[in-house]
This record gives sequence, C-alpha cells and structure tokens, in this order.
Amino acid sequence: MTKTERIENLNRLSGTDVRKCMKCGKCSGRCPAFKEMDIKPHQFVSMLGQGKIDELLACNAIWNCLSCMACVERCPRGVAPAAVVEAVRDTVVRAQGANGIKAEDIPPIVDEYIPQQLLVSAYRKYNK
Amino acid sequence: MKISYYPGCTLKTKAKELDVTARLCATALGVEMEEIENWQCCGAVYPTGTDEIATKLSAVRALDYAKHHGGKLLTLCSACHNVIKRTNEDMKADGDICFRANNYLKLDAPYKGETEVLHYLEMLKNVVGFDNIKKAVVNPINRKVGAYYGCLLLRPSGVMAFDNPENPTIIEDFIKAIGGTPVTYPFRNECCGAYVSLKNAELPKQKSRKVLTSAKEKGAEEVITACPLCLYNLQVNGDNILPVKYFTELLAEALGVKA
Repeated sequence: MTKTERIENLNRLSGTDVRKCMKCGKCSGRCPAFKEMDIKPHQFVSMLGQGKIDELLACNAIWNCLSCMACVERCPRGVAPAAVVEAVRDTVVRAQGANGIKAEDIPPIVDEYIPQQLLVSAYRKYNK
Repeated sequence: MKISYYPGCTLKTKAKELDVTARLCATALGVEMEEIENWQCCGAVYPTGTDEIATKLSAVRALDYAKHHGGKLLTLCSACHNVIKRTNEDMKADGDICFRANNYLKLDAPYKGETEVLHYLEMLKNVVGFDNIKKAVVNPINRKVGAYYGCLLLRPSGVMAFDNPENPTIIEDFIKAIGGTPVTYPFRNECCGAYVSLKNAELPKQKSRKVLTSAKEKGAEEVITACPLCLYNLQVNGDNILPVKYFTELLAEALGVKA
C-alpha cells in the first residue's frame, strides 16, 4: 500500500474530517490523560492532516487514551480526536502479533474485585 | 408496566448488587423489568472505527429483540447503555453500517434503529417520576451524596442526549428525591481511568483519587455511580477516600426494600 493509501485508510477509519480543525487546543486542554500522552489529542488531528502517520503509528499515547470522549465533546468544530486515536490504535493492533496485551500477563495484575467490564473493554481496545 | 431489560455481563457477576437492587426497586415502583432472552455481552466499549460491524452485532440483536417486545430497551450499566445507544444511532443514521449489520444478522425484517434505549435513571425520571419516588420513600437518605457521572452516560452528548454533558443534574435530582443532599463537585463528569489499568496501572489511580478528593473537599460523605468499572476504580484505585455505592443501593435503602 502506498503512503497516500495508508493516510486515506486512517482518515476513513476515523470517520472524522481533520481538515475542520481550527487548532484551538480545547481537546488537549480537556484530556484527562494529557500528561501520559506522548502525542497529544490535538497533535493526532494535525499530524494526520499533515500525513505524519509513521510517528502516529509508533506512539505510546494510543495505550493511554481513556476513550472518555471529553475531547470529542469539547471540539467546537465537530472533529473527533478520540476517533483518530482509535483509528491509529486499530491500525496498529490489526497487524499480526501486535496486540497491546497478552493473556498471560493478565492473571498477576488481576484482583478479586476486577469487573468483567474492565477486561472486556481492555481486550476490545487493545487487541484484535 | 413491563419493559425489556438488558443486564450485561458484569451485572450477573461482580456487580450483582446493582442488578438485584434495581429489579427490587423497579417492582416496588410498579415497573416490571423483563430480562431479554439470549442476550450477549455488548462488548463494553463502543468501537469508533467506521468499518467495525461484528463488534456491534450483539447490541443490534438485543435492540431487535426489544423492538418486538414493547419497543423499549432498559439498560442499567453505563457501558452497556453507551454501546447500545450509540449502536442504535448507527442503525438509524448510518446506512452503510445498517446495511452490513443486517446482512450479517438476516433478521425477519431489517433492524433500522426503531427501539428506544432507556437508561434506568431516565426510567426513574421520565416513566416513574422523581415526585412519585419521593412519595414512596420510607427511609430518607439524610446524608450528603456526590453523584459520579463519569463519561459513558454523558458523552458524546449528541448521541447520548442523557443530560447537559458539562453540568448534568439528573443524579442530583435523584438524590434529592430519596431524601439526600446532593453535593456538586467539579470532577463528577471526569473519567475515572477506565480500562487503562491493564497497560498503565498508575493512571486510573491518579484519576480516581482526583475524583474522590474533589467530592470530599465539597463535603460529600459518599459517592454513587451507575457503572461497575467506575465503582471498581473509585473503590480499589481511589484509596478509600470516600465510600462508593451503586445509585440503586441508595434507592433500595430509601424505599426500604431488601435484597
């Protein structure tokens, strides 16, 4: 696949129009995981717009996004930064052997109170 | 009245008290929750990828069942509510997803988002009415209670249409109806840290402590939620800063119904 096609794929998968962004930064201002994001929500939007997808696909922020939709809620232009983050994460984990969590790593970190909802959510977000 | 009810995976296991107290209270308030047949886990998170179809099918199945059983689907867990309501919107408004989901399912008639998805809190407010709940209270909750909304009930507000996403009031109105004093605090609609603990254990700790510290500073004696994952994070990752309960546990206490 050419780079242009890979950029088109990410745009299509995100379902959001990054060109509408007016760079106000409200998405990153609201992000509860801001400090843990090596690429900030507003940067996901602008970097996809600029076609800098190799940096996006290599970042750590895709594992720290909480999918809380605060950035989506606050965007005055109707852009969905969280959907760009998810498009990047989907693209990463859909490749063979690139799942974010391994089943054998789970038991040591699971306590007796952990709800099924947490495990299902994490598996849906981090693995394919 | 009878209403089709989708419990979800966690309400049958780690969050049984949410399910049990909700059913008892509904009965006491004249609503019969009829668990739908053969429901499957909703997937717990709504997938935003535009080509995601298989991950939405269990929600569509539940919605289609409810379409033929009263036309309404009652949810209780915030995550189920978020996934099912957003999937329903896709079936209504996204022709491509609707077409492909129906191709998979081969239902007797295509499902096109006809079912109304109703959260238990919306049922209390709009079907029973907070005034009627007030009349049914036998043990008023004479405590200061902080409502914790989290993310899933409110956002994205364009689809969820649950309440004002920045300044919600439905749970505060609920607390008033059961005789408690609601405490409004700034972090009530901030994320608890969600599922990220499996990748980054520290983040949910920071987030949950922040929520509970914020509630405590404003005078809350306890915090209530509708989400098993929020409850877990606030309780286990929140350093026991405040007691955390399901909102239905306080309702059961107020109505004097016991599990």
